[in-house]
Amino acid sequence: MGGSGCGKTTLLRLIGGALRPSAGSVVVDGEPVGALDRDGLYRLRRKMGMLFQFGALFTDLSVFDNVAFPMRERTALPEPIVRDLVLMKLHAVGLRGAAKLMPAELSGGMARRVALARAVALDPELIMYDEPFTGLDPISLAVISNLIRTLNNALGATSIVVTHDVRESMKILDYCYLMAEGQIVARGTPEEMLASEKPYARQFFHGEMDGAVPFHYPGADYGTELGLGDHGR
Amino acid sequence: MVDRGWLGISGIGRRAIDIFLRLGFAARFLGLTLVNSGVCLRRPRLVSREVYFSGVLSLVIILVSGLFVGMVLGLQGYQTLRTYGSESALGVLVALSLLRELGPVITALLFASRAGSAVTAEIGLMKATEQLRAMEMMAVDPIARVVAPRFWAGVISTPLLTAMFTAMGIYGGYLVGVVLLGVDEGSFWSQMQNSVDFREDIVNGLLKSLAFGFAISWIAVFEGYDAPPTAEGVSGATTRTVVTSALTILFLDYILTSLMFRGL
Repeated sequence: MGGSGCGKTTLLRLIGGALRPSAGSVVVDGEPVGALDRDGLYRLRRKMGMLFQFGALFTDLSVFDNVAFPMRERTALPEPIVRDLVLMKLHAVGLRGAAKLMPAELSGGMARRVALARAVALDPELIMYDEPFTGLDPISLAVISNLIRTLNNALGATSIVVTHDVRESMKILDYCYLMAEGQIVARGTPEEMLASEKPYARQFFHGEMDGAVPFHYPGADYGTELGLGDHGR
Repeated sequence: MVDRGWLGISGIGRRAIDIFLRLGFAARFLGLTLVNSGVCLRRPRLVSREVYFSGVLSLVIILVSGLFVGMVLGLQGYQTLRTYGSESALGVLVALSLLRELGPVITALLFASRAGSAVTAEIGLMKATEQLRAMEMMAVDPIARVVAPRFWAGVISTPLLTAMFTAMGIYGGYLVGVVLLGVDEGSFWSQMQNSVDFREDIVNGLLKSLAFGFAISWIAVFEGYDAPPTAEGVSGATTRTVVTSALTILFLDYILTSLMFRGL
């Protein structure tokens, strides 16, 4: 978790191998992601699933074909089995009935659910979620957050959720890392984080206006700018 | 004054370096596309689907343009040839103009505007909406899955569309010359048959269109893939595809014409 621009998505991209670290290393399942060649990276990505911020569904494919995409591209499963698996995944996110729709016909929440079904299509060991709660209405928000938790339990996978939504994420996560300016500034269980006295953590989790991140953008002295000298403070 | 002069020179140098860097990227991208084209052979349906979107959906504009270009050629050619009493050579004039130059060049220009720009916009938008990144994360190479089929579809479609444009143009010339202006039908067709050489005119024309198709497809997929992932970036890339394709087609046309028709 962390505010906008603190490096959360960059960290996800480093884990997924979309970015190579300029210093240090990222190790996933015992493999140094930054040092892998393309084949090695693609082999590792077969164990990963990713849900993008706005779904990133393939707009020229139907809901069914979107979920079937990783199965058709990466496995040699016969079409009847692909069909059954796709329907099972869509049923798990409650959209079996929408299989024939095109992405343009879906609401934001539905698109996110289809993308979730696609991300777990091949039962990955690691699932990454990039801001899964952004721009959703309260019902869709609850649906997505519940699905993330239940699918994760059902698959026995590891999930990394990048978000700045305190309320929803605190309901589903086991452990939390708080980031600021590219650094981890606090870590712990949801209860520990909510009770944290660290200035940035307290401001972030309790939504305080002023604190470690000041309300006022740094500038010249207010009184001096108004021509009042030091008395204007 | 001296400083300003230096700034001007260094600005030109920077631009030149940028152009060469971009050309280098484009060449590497083409190499990657060709290396990753195996999927197109293994799964020809990926290419045929794109041939439908690029080629079949361009048919209307190609056929209508071909008809009108042929009709104008018939009209202009008739006026000029009549001055020398050679109206019967109208078929030759229409056929050779279309087969050697107008067919390949106009089809390529239309194809770049209609299909090349669409391919750039599609790939650019796929990039902007993270579809290409999603594909990468699924361990599916977007160059093999998205770029290569669209590239080869363009290369295949252009000569086929050129052939149809030319056939339609000849029919347009026939309509105006024979049906409207009364040129003798027998002379129109027989002189055309006698003067058009299969190897020199038809094959060379189609080779030209193949080269144009290769260039347009390369430019279109590269501009789309290289587009900044914003609305402005995609719009700029689409414009660049049309402008660069048009200039490349005309430049290539001169080079190929000078190589192909040297002995004539």
